[in-house]
This record gives sequence, structure tokens and C-alpha cells, in this order.
Amino acid sequence: MEVYLDNAATTRAAEPVVQLMEKVLREDYGNPSSRHQKGVEAERYVCQAKKTIAKALKCLESEIVLTSGGTESNNMALIGMAEANKRAGKHIISSCIEHASVYQPLLFLEEQGYEVTFLPVDKNGLVRPETLRAALRPDTILVSIMMVNNEIGAVEPIEELAKVVHETNPRTLFHVDAIQGFGKLPIYPKRIGVDAMSVSGHKLFGPKGSGFLFVRERVKIRPYLFGGGQQKGMRSGTENVPAIAGLERAVALYLAEAEERREKLYALKEAFVSKVSKLPGAQVFGIFSEENGTPLAERLRRTAPHIVSVGFRGVRSEVLLHALEEKGVYVSSGSACSSNHPAISGTLSGIGVPAEYLDATLRFSFSHENTPEQIDYVISCLSELLPVLGRFRRG
Amino acid sequence: MKENRYRAFLIKYAEIGLKGKNRCFFEDCLVRQIRNNLRGLGEYQVTKEQGRVFVECPEDFDYEDTAAALQTVFGVASFSPVVIIDTTEWEALCRAVGNYVEEFFPEKNFTFKVECKRGNKEYFMTSPEICAEIGSYLLKRFPELRVDVHHPDRYLTVEVRNRAYVYSEVVPGPGGMPVGSNGRAMLLLSGGIDSPVAGYMISKRGVYLDAVYFHAPPYTSERAKQKVVDLARIISAYTGPIRLHVVNFTEIQMYIYETCPHEELTIIMRRYMMRIAETIAKESDCLALVTGESIGQVASQTMQSLQATNAVCTLPVFRPLIGFDKQEIVEISEKIRTYETSILPYEDCCTIFVAKHPVTKPVVRIIEKSEKLLAEKIDEMVRTALETREKIEVSFYEE
Repeated sequence: MEVYLDNAATTRAAEPVVQLMEKVLREDYGNPSSRHQKGVEAERYVCQAKKTIAKALKCLESEIVLTSGGTESNNMALIGMAEANKRAGKHIISSCIEHASVYQPLLFLEEQGYEVTFLPVDKNGLVRPETLRAALRPDTILVSIMMVNNEIGAVEPIEELAKVVHETNPRTLFHVDAIQGFGKLPIYPKRIGVDAMSVSGHKLFGPKGSGFLFVRERVKIRPYLFGGGQQKGMRSGTENVPAIAGLERAVALYLAEAEERREKLYALKEAFVSKVSKLPGAQVFGIFSEENGTPLAERLRRTAPHIVSVGFRGVRSEVLLHALEEKGVYVSSGSACSSNHPAISGTLSGIGVPAEYLDATLRFSFSHENTPEQIDYVISCLSELLPVLGRFRRG
Repeated sequence: MKENRYRAFLIKYAEIGLKGKNRCFFEDCLVRQIRNNLRGLGEYQVTKEQGRVFVECPEDFDYEDTAAALQTVFGVASFSPVVIIDTTEWEALCRAVGNYVEEFFPEKNFTFKVECKRGNKEYFMTSPEICAEIGSYLLKRFPELRVDVHHPDRYLTVEVRNRAYVYSEVVPGPGGMPVGSNGRAMLLLSGGIDSPVAGYMISKRGVYLDAVYFHAPPYTSERAKQKVVDLARIISAYTGPIRLHVVNFTEIQMYIYETCPHEELTIIMRRYMMRIAETIAKESDCLALVTGESIGQVASQTMQSLQATNAVCTLPVFRPLIGFDKQEIVEISEKIRTYETSILPYEDCCTIFVAKHPVTKPVVRIIEKSEKLLAEKIDEMVRTALETREKIEVSFYEE
């Protein structure tokens, strides 16, 4: 049996997405900037994409910049907003569990003379609003917090955080990395005071190399790709029309069934979590385990529907990953690490995961295409492998 | 492109020139290796001639690619892009050398010295006479030139053979002996920095290489294996095609882990690797094993550990890096371009099961006693590992 449980890494493009992209590549291959009919046809895909996305976000079409994906959206937002607003101050706030495509641009900005505060999180990975309030300063120009954490599936209280930001300092901008969250959970950035929001296409059954950045109107942002002035000069370069067409299909298809898929994912997650926690040495992170009076299903509702992070004491994650792979099960290690240079996960240490688990954590991430049978199969693989692999410990 | 006006390379070889009656054999090996490395680049004529090898290039040859390919042929001490002069008739020769200067050095205000090699001993002038006469011819034709016999800006070398050759640049090659002139050896290739360098160094002495890699799925990943294949491919630019034997070592490793004291794990494991490598080596007509060990680098490379692993082998074990510091090894790996691949962070089977405090001074007698504990199953496991090994043919110049 082949079971793909790495949907937070990427997803397989949906069939209508593939078909449309093929058509665009073969037939509607024009450059949207060309004046002739071929150009007009191509431009239609770009307009349609902005329209669909704007509808999904309940925002204006002019507030969408199409990008090459999540990393570009995050870079564009952080560097672009910091540079455009540096006269108002040079202080930025983020959290200690952000994705590399957020914290690396922030480290770059630090080198450019900005000051960045990385907020701590609680043991379920949440940024406390009061922590944010205390960190805000008059010269804070930008706050960037992720919607859903990619490693443990924590859902940040974005609406509350946005409120704190704007109450404390109305001029501070608030960016949200929604790459893992968009589609999985409802979010309408403009309604809740989010100024910019990054989304990636390939996490939503769209093509790799597609994504967008929502930028609220009147928010100043400095472009950093210069050239032919496409997308109102925000991002020069011929639009990647096939990927944009695919992205449009993916967003439309996903949102049409967002609720059913969400329910299905929560059911899969609950089945998986309740079974996996019973395995010897296994511990699920970020699911409010300390509130053991509250039923599991209720606690899981406060987390993302598709991501589960499990530590297996005494079993190195990379080894277990490859052993599962041999059985057709594809997952991620909770932290990218190698024996010699463990680049220990920021998220896992950020939520206080004990050292023995840092190197022993896997991330399972579901999609609506997974089935309960697959979950049972994975559990049976784990119960078979853990005792065998557990015999071999380092040191 | 300027360099394309050369159309030929003159190759000098070092040690082969010192050989006696079998010099021909070494020259033939060198010619074959040069042809082999140039094969993918076009139709080159490679010929040997009195202590030199000449490479004549096709019309549309790429200078950089050709030079890079020659840099990977062991036995090449240096190479020079040359202009061939089809006659040795004296006045025509002078004129041709003059044309060479005219064409290649538009700026004439430099100092020079003419050097001459006279392969054709019948020629009516001696080398010093040729130098002097060509020098004065050039001074007459290009009055702004000046001679400086001690520190010239440029040497102009004229070689008079059946034809004549003129060149002014000498590019150092990798040196060594042509591959194939000295038998075959089995390299124990891990994914690290040292073993590819060790293979390179032994191959440099004219030795063909095969290689063995110990794979331990799921403890080592497909990527770790691919990395070893990639490393073999990089060094095969120098060594010629490598047959890489991939041995599944998981069962053996687990059995040792479960049966023997943990602090002896690495030593016992390495002894089995050596045994297996030697069996494959003998089947493949290899005359030696090659490892990347260097004294004292890690616990398994102390003098005592080396002795303990060496004790299981009957073939000689060559350790070309034995006296090298890590930094020296890194420098070579950067030069041969294996470094970037070697440092990719995939686990290899030696680091996965390593004990916290491995023995650093193993005693062979005690290790042998521990190995007796394995008697029940180990021979069968080794046999299975040998039988199920995968063989991958790796070649840089495939196509």
C-alpha cells in the first residue's frame, strides 16, 4: 500500500489543474503583455486568478500579487514592507517558530540594520497576545506571525494578535504567513486587520512555482524585482501563466469543498492521534495534552486539521522515516537533522520538547485523499517497526 | 576564439620518460587514456612521437573543455597549446615562428627567450644555434622585441622533429602514471571526504579502481547511496570507469550490535567490511584494498585499530592518506571537486551505530573472542550480503 502522509510538504496537483495547465502550455501560450489576441487570451487567466483569489479572501483583485510561491511571498512582504516603511522605525516582531522563509529574510533585515524580536511561544506553540503587546514599541513597523505552524500544526490566534497590533500602534503592519493555513481553515485577512498574507499553490493541490501575496490597499511595499513593470510594477517578469491558471483552479476546487475536507481531515487526525498515542514511547506534540479533562476531539479542533507531530522515544526520525518508506509510507522528519550537525527544529525546541525527542520526531500530514484504512495501515507499520528500531540506540 | 588558432596540444609526461625497454607500454596506456577522456568531445588525433604525445584537435574544438579533459589524465606532466609548422626547411621555419609571434602577441614590447628541443638529431643546426638564429630573425622582424635570457616575459619554445612545433605556454597536468599501467585495486568508498581522495591518489599511480560501499537501509538513506555513486562518478573522471559494489550491511550490523560489546562495535564492523571487500576484490582481480584512513583521525584509526582491522586481510591494504592531516585531505578533495558532495549531510553506516566511548586501543585477541559470539549466523549473513550485492557501473565519460 502506498500512503502519502507528507501533504504539508507538497501535494499532488489535482487532475483539472494538470489538464488546464497542459492546455495553457500547448494552446494559450501568449504573453499577457502582448497586444494581440494571444496576449489577451493569456491575460484572461491572470485576471481570472486574481478574481477567484479575491473572492476567496473577500478582498479586492488589486490587492493580489501573483508570485512563485510561499517563499517569494514571504520575502516580498517582509523585505518590501520593511524597506518601504523604514522611516517610521526599524523594529520588527516575529515568533521563534516561523518557517525559514520568514526568519531568513528577517535575519537578512537584521544585517541591514533592522532590529528583530522573536517572541517565545507556549508549549502548544501559541504566541500569547499579551507577549506581543509587551514587545510592541512605537518604532515597531512590522509584525509577522504564521497562521498555522508547519511542524506541529499550531493555529495562532491571528485575529486577536491583529487586534493587539492595531490597538497598540495603528501604524504597525501585520503580515501573516498562511502557507499551511489557507484553505485548511477559513481566513479573511482584510476583515480581521491583516495587512499582508502569503499563500502557496502547491500545498493546495496546485502547481509548484505558484502562489500569491495579499497586500491590503494603501499598504506601502517596495518591489524588489524590476523590469517590464508587470503586476503594476509590484513584480516584474512575464507572468507564469500556466502556473497561475493552475493556481486558480486549485484555489477554486479546494474552497468549493473546504468544509467537507476540513471535517474529513479532523476525523482522520483524531483517529490517528488516538491510535498513535497508545504506541510505546510515542508522544504527540502541541495538542493541549495538559488539559486532559477536555475530550481529544475538542482539543484537536484548536489545532490545524492536517498536521500531527509525533515523537518516538529512542528511534531516530530519519531511520524511522526510511523504514516507513520501505513500506510505502511517506512522511517528514520533524526536524531536518544529520548526525554530525543536528540543526534542531526551532519549533520543537521552541515548545519545549525534551531533548530526547528532538531527533526522534516525525511529521504526519494528511489530505482529504487519505482514508481511515490508510491510517490503520500506518499504525500497524509503526507498531511493527518501533520495537525493532528501538533496539538500536545511539550511545 | 583566440585559443582555437592552436589546433593542437603537445603533452609532456614525467616519470614514463625514465622507463627503459617497457616505456612503450606506458606510452600506449597514456595515449589510450587521453583518447578515452577526449572521446566525448569530438574527433581528436592522438599520436606519440619521441617522448611526447600530440593531440590534434578537430576544427570546432572547445579549448576549455579540451584543457579540462587533459587535466584529468594521469601521466600528463604538462600540456602546451602548440602551433604545428609542417616544414623544417630553415627559412620557412623562421618565417612561421615569426608569424606565430605576429599573430599571438599583438603587443610586441616584451622580452623573450627562444628555447629549442631538437628531436631530429640529423638536423643541420644544433639547438643553441637554432635558438640564436631564430632569436636574431625575430629581432630583425619585430624591432620592439628585446631578448632577456635570464628573466624573459615569454619563452618561445621551438621543437624540431619531423615537423616543427612552437609554443609559449606550459600548463601543469595532474602528473602520476597513466591509469591501466599498474593493475587494479578495490577502494572502500564511504560518503566521506577521505575515501574519494584515497582512491584518487592510488589511481594516480596508474591503478584501475573498483569500489565497495556498505549500505544499511533504513539507517542509511537512498540519498546517502546516491551520494556515493556521485562521488564515484566524480573520481571516475580521473580513474576511468569504476564498478561500484553496493553491499547491504544492515543485517550484519544489527547482528554485531546485538551480540558484541558496544564499544567494540565499530572495530568488529570494520573487520567484516574488510573481509567482504577482500572477497569481492579477489573475485575482481584486484591486487590490493584502498582505504582513506589516516592515523589517529578517529577511534577506529588509531594504530591499534588499524592493526586490528588490517589483521583480517591477506591482500595489502593501501592507505595513501595515512600521514595526512584533515586539512590537507580537504584541500585535495576541493581540487578534485569531491568536497562539495562529500559534505552533504547524509548519515553513513559508520556513524549510526557508534558507541559513546568506542575502544581506541583494541586488542586483537579480545576482538577475536567477541567475534566468536557471532559464529552461529555470521558466515551465512556474509554470504547473503555478497550474493545480494548490487553492481553499478559508474563512468564520468559515458554517453
